Amino acid sequence: MSNVDVILKEGLAALDAAADLVELEQVKARYLGKSGALTELLKQLGKLSPDERKSAGATINAAKQAFETRHNEVRDGFNAAKLAAQLAAESLDVTLPGRGSLPAGLHPVTLTLERITGLFATMGFEVADGPEIESDFHNFQALNIPENHPARAMQDTFYVEGGDVLRTHTSPIQVRYMLDNQPPIKIVAPGRVYRVDSDATHSPMFHQMEGLWIDQNVSFADLKATITEFLRRFFERDDMQVRFRPSFFPFTETSAEIDVLDEQGRWLEVGGSGMVHPNVLRNVGIDPEKYTGFAFGIGLDRFAMLRYGVNDLRLFFENDLTFLKQFN
Amino acid sequence: MQFSEQWLRSRVNPSLSTDELSYLLTMAGLEVEEVNAAAPAFSGVVIGEVKECEKHENADRLRVTKVDVGTGELVQIVCGAPNVAVGVKVPCALPGAILPGDFKIKPTKMRGVESGGMLCSGKELGVPDEVDGLMLLPADAPVGQNIRDYLGLDDSLFTLKITPNRADCLSIRGIAREVAALTGSPLAAWDIAAVAPQTDSKLAVGIADGAPCGRYVGRVVKNVNAAAPTPDWMKRRLERSGLRSISAIVDITNYILLEQGQPMHAFDLDKIDGGITVRMAAAGEKLVCLNEKEIELTPDLMVIADAAKPLAIAGIMGGLDSGVTTASHDIFLESAFFQPEAIAGKARALGFGSDSSYRYERGVDFALQTEAIERATALVLEICGGEPGPLTETVSALPARASVAVRTSRVARVLGVTLAADEIAAIFTRLGLPFEQNVDGFVVSAPSFRFDIAIEEDLIEEIARVYGYDNIPANAPVAAQTMLPQPEGLRVRSEVRRLLAGRDFQEIVSYAFVDEKWERDFAGNANPVRLINPIASQMSVMRSSLIGGLVDTLAANLNRKHSRVRVFEIARVFHKQADGSVQQPEVIAGLAHGSRVDEQWGSKAERVDFYDIKADVEALLYPRVAEYRKAAHPAFHPGRCAEVLLDGAVVGVLGELHPQWVQAYGLSNAPVLFELAVEAAEQVGRVKLAPVSKFQPVRRDLALVVGEEVSAATLQQAMLVVAPEFVRELALFDLYRGKGVDEGKKSLAFRIVLQAADRTLVDDEVEQAVAAMLAAAEAAGAVLRA
Repeated sequence: MSNVDVILKEGLAALDAAADLVELEQVKARYLGKSGALTELLKQLGKLSPDERKSAGATINAAKQAFETRHNEVRDGFNAAKLAAQLAAESLDVTLPGRGSLPAGLHPVTLTLERITGLFATMGFEVADGPEIESDFHNFQALNIPENHPARAMQDTFYVEGGDVLRTHTSPIQVRYMLDNQPPIKIVAPGRVYRVDSDATHSPMFHQMEGLWIDQNVSFADLKATITEFLRRFFERDDMQVRFRPSFFPFTETSAEIDVLDEQGRWLEVGGSGMVHPNVLRNVGIDPEKYTGFAFGIGLDRFAMLRYGVNDLRLFFENDLTFLKQFN
Repeated sequence: MQFSEQWLRSRVNPSLSTDELSYLLTMAGLEVEEVNAAAPAFSGVVIGEVKECEKHENADRLRVTKVDVGTGELVQIVCGAPNVAVGVKVPCALPGAILPGDFKIKPTKMRGVESGGMLCSGKELGVPDEVDGLMLLPADAPVGQNIRDYLGLDDSLFTLKITPNRADCLSIRGIAREVAALTGSPLAAWDIAAVAPQTDSKLAVGIADGAPCGRYVGRVVKNVNAAAPTPDWMKRRLERSGLRSISAIVDITNYILLEQGQPMHAFDLDKIDGGITVRMAAAGEKLVCLNEKEIELTPDLMVIADAAKPLAIAGIMGGLDSGVTTASHDIFLESAFFQPEAIAGKARALGFGSDSSYRYERGVDFALQTEAIERATALVLEICGGEPGPLTETVSALPARASVAVRTSRVARVLGVTLAADEIAAIFTRLGLPFEQNVDGFVVSAPSFRFDIAIEEDLIEEIARVYGYDNIPANAPVAAQTMLPQPEGLRVRSEVRRLLAGRDFQEIVSYAFVDEKWERDFAGNANPVRLINPIASQMSVMRSSLIGGLVDTLAANLNRKHSRVRVFEIARVFHKQADGSVQQPEVIAGLAHGSRVDEQWGSKAERVDFYDIKADVEALLYPRVAEYRKAAHPAFHPGRCAEVLLDGAVVGVLGELHPQWVQAYGLSNAPVLFELAVEAAEQVGRVKLAPVSKFQPVRRDLALVVGEEVSAATLQQAMLVVAPEFVRELALFDLYRGKGVDEGKKSLAFRIVLQAADRTLVDDEVEQAVAAMLAAAEAAGAVLRA
C-alpha cells in the first residue's frame, strides 16, 4: 500500500470518528489544511520527475477528492441530526385550541328570513320593506278592511298617539309597493309586526313575511304551485303534503289557509294566502281587469319554530345567549 | 260556534262518519277547531226504576234495593247514595257494564248481601250534573232503555271557527244548508206554521227616520207561565252549544238564535210604557244592561225604547229592568233585522258584546224574522202556555241585493282551471244561489242569508270552494324570466349581519316598545312616540335607540352567569318630528362587554375597550373611512364617546357606557357600544382603481411629541394638508408615553410612504416633503422626538 493510501485510510477513519462538527473540521484541517497530510504530499510533487509527478499527482488528487466527499457526507449527517434535534425541540402540542375568537351567529328568525327570501329570490321575488308605524289607510283601509269591520277584531291593534297604528301584518308593505310600482310585481316583504297579545304562542311583537305576485295571468293554480314548491324546499321534504283550505281575509278573494302535514300526521296551519282582492288592486291604482295576482303571509317565527323544534315563542325574544348560540 | 252533531244530523244526515264530516267542513272553509265526545265511552247502563228500598242489615248507610230494569225480574242492588228511594228512575249499570275509566261491573256481595249491578250518579257516567247522588231521570223515562240512547250521549260537539264573511253559518239552519250543498244530502224542510192569534193585544212599533233597523217583528203573548221548566231536550241542545239554561223563555230565545241564527229578545210587557220605538239614543240617556253594567248611551247607538226610556241597546244587549223574568206574566217577543254597519264595532267600543251582536255585525238573514218569531211563539205556547197576539211587522230599508255577473272565462283565468258552464251552474244550484245563464257566464242574485256575495270574485271563490281547492292543479307557473338587480356598490343586509357575526357579535331581537326610562337615560329623549294601549307600562314607548335593549340583554345574560357578552341588533327606531310625524330609520347597534377574546391559554385576559369597538365600526364602514369626533351623548362616558361622520354627516355614535348607567343598571363594569345608520354600513361604493406604480416606494418615520390635548387626527390632518401628491400613505403606527417623554405629553410615530406613479423619487424631493410635513406638525404644536 502506498503512502497515499495509508494516509487516506487514516484520514477517512478520522472523519468517521469525529464526534461533532468542530472535531470534523479539525480532522479536515489535519489533512487538507496548509500543512495537512495530503497537502504536504502535494507540496512534495515538485521533487518528482515529470512522469512520476503526473501519476502521483493523479493519485493524490483522487485521494483528496475521496476525503472531501466523505467529509461532506459526515458533515451533512451532523447537520441533519442537528436540524432533527432542533425540530424535535420545537414541536408543538397541536391539540391546544387556536388563538383568538370564533364567529358568533345570527338570530334563528334571521336565519329563517334569509333562507326564505333566498328561496324566493331564485324564483325572481325581490325583497321589499316598509315602516312599522303605519297609517290606518295602509294597514287597514287600502286592504279592504274598513273601520268597524269585524276583521279588525281578528288583529288586536296597538295604537300610537295621533291615530297611527303599529302595523298588524306585513301587508301594508304590498300596498306601498303597489302604489309605487306597476305590474309585473313579484316581491316578498319580511318584517316585524305587532298585536296586543302575549302568551307561549303569541308575542306582542313577532315577524311575518308577505309575498305578492301580480301579473297579467297569475292564477290560484300558480299560488298553489309556488307555495307548495317553497314549503318543500324550505323543509327539505320533497314529498311534503300541502293543503289549501278555504278561508277569509278581507284583502284576498278566493282565500286559502295553508296547512302542511307534519311528520306525526297532523295538519299544521303555516300561513294565509289568496288571490288579491280587486278592491285592493283598485285602491292602489292597478286595473283588476288587466292584472290578477296572489298574496300570501307566513309567520317567520312559526317557521323558525317548526324548522328548529322550538316550542316556546318567547325564547326568540329573551335573547339568552345559551339559546341563541346553538344556532351558530 | 259550538253545536251538537246529533242536532245537525236531525236536519241533514249525510252518510259520513264524524271524522269525515269534520274534514268536509274544514275543507269547505268552516274550520273545525275541535270535536269532543258528549260523554266518555261506557256501556251496559239502562234506565232502572227502584221498586223496593230497605235498610242494609249490616251497614247504616247502605240500602238494599230491588230495581226494575225492564227484564221482567227485579234486580237486587246495594246502593249507598243518599237520594235513593222507592219510585226514582235512575241509570243502572248491569253486570258486564264497563263504566268510564274501564270500571267493570260484576255481581258482588256487599257486607254479605248480593248486589247485581250499580245505580249510577252523573259523575260516574262522565256526565256530571249538579245532583248529590244518583242521576234522577224524569218519571216518563222508559225503563230498560239504554241510557246512552235516552240521553243522546252518542253525540259529538263540534267547535267551528267561522270566518267573518260566513255569518250564514252561525246557526244549525245555516250549517245544515251548507252541508246539504256540499254533500247533496236532503235537507229537512222547516215548515214553520203561523201561530193563530188568541188575543188582540199588541204593541205599536215605530222605526224612527234613519234608524238602521230594516225590519222589526213583534208579538205579545199573554198569561205565560214564565216559571215553567225548560224541557230536557232543549236544555241538552243549549248545553251542548255551550249555553247554560236560564229560564224557559230566555232559553227559547237562545234556542232560536242557535237553531235559526235569528237573535231574539223577550221583554216583560208590564215594564213597557206605551209603544216601541227603534231610534238612535239621545245623549245623556242611560241604561243598565242585562250584565248589570250601567251604560252612558251615545247617539251612535241604536236603542229599543218605549215612550219614556230606552229598554235595550238594539242588537247588542237588553236592559236589566225590562227583560223577561220567571215572574213575568205577559211578554213581548222581538225578532228584528238591524243593519250590520250599525252594530259593527259597537260591542268593542262598549267593552262587551253578546251572541246577538256577534251575529248582527256579521249579517243576519233579513228574510228570517217572521219565521223565527213564529217558531219561538210555538215553543213558548208548548212550554209556558199563554195566549198569543197578532204579529206586528214594521219594515224600513232592507239591504239591496244586486245581481252579480260572473264570466266563465274569468273563472278560468283567476283559478287557473277551466270549468264547464254546466259544472258552474250545478255548483250555484247546490248553494241555493239563484242565477241566470248568458253567453259569457252567469248573473247571480245573492240570497238574503249571504252577506259576502257582492262582486265577481266572491262567486269565483264560491265556485272554487265547492269544486274543491284540492282539485285545482298546482302546475309550475309559466312567466317571463327576469334577473333581480344586484347593485355592486351596496353591501346587502345579510353581509352586514354576517360581518358583525364574524367579529363575534351575536344577533339579538328585542322589543320595539320599551320602558320610557330607557329613552330618557340612553337617548335623552323626553318626547318618545307613545303607545295608547301598551301591554305593560315598561313597554309603553317606541324606542329611538337600540342601546336600551342591548344593555338589558347584557344585564339579563350577566344574571345567567355569562361573563362575556357581545351582541348586536338591526331594527327600526322611531323619532317623533316637530310636526307629529315619525321618522323610522333602520339602525345597527352593538355592545361588547368582558374580555376581548374568550378566556384562553394563548391570550392575556384584557377587557374590551373603546378602540376595540372602534375597529368594529371601522370594519362595518370599510372600505369607507369615517371621521371620528369627540362628542357628548347621554348614554356614554363624556370623555369616551365619539360621533361618526361620513362625508361630513353624522351617521352614528360609539362610546363606553356612562358610569352612572353602569351602576344604575347593575352591570359589573362598563360595556362599549356603537349605533350606526344601517345605510352607512350598506353604501360601500364601487371600486375606484388607482394605477399601480412601477417605481420604488420610500419610507420615512416621524416620531412627534405633542401635548395630550392634541389629537392624533389633528396632527395627521395638519401634515396631510402640506403633503405632496406622491405621499401615498401617512399612518400612525406607534403611541408612546413614559421615559423620555415629559409628563402630560405623548409621542406619536407616523409612517410616511412616498411613491410617484411616473418616476423614481430623488432624495431632495423626499427630504423636502418630509421637512414640510414636519414643519406643519411643529406648527400644530409638535416637536420632533430626540
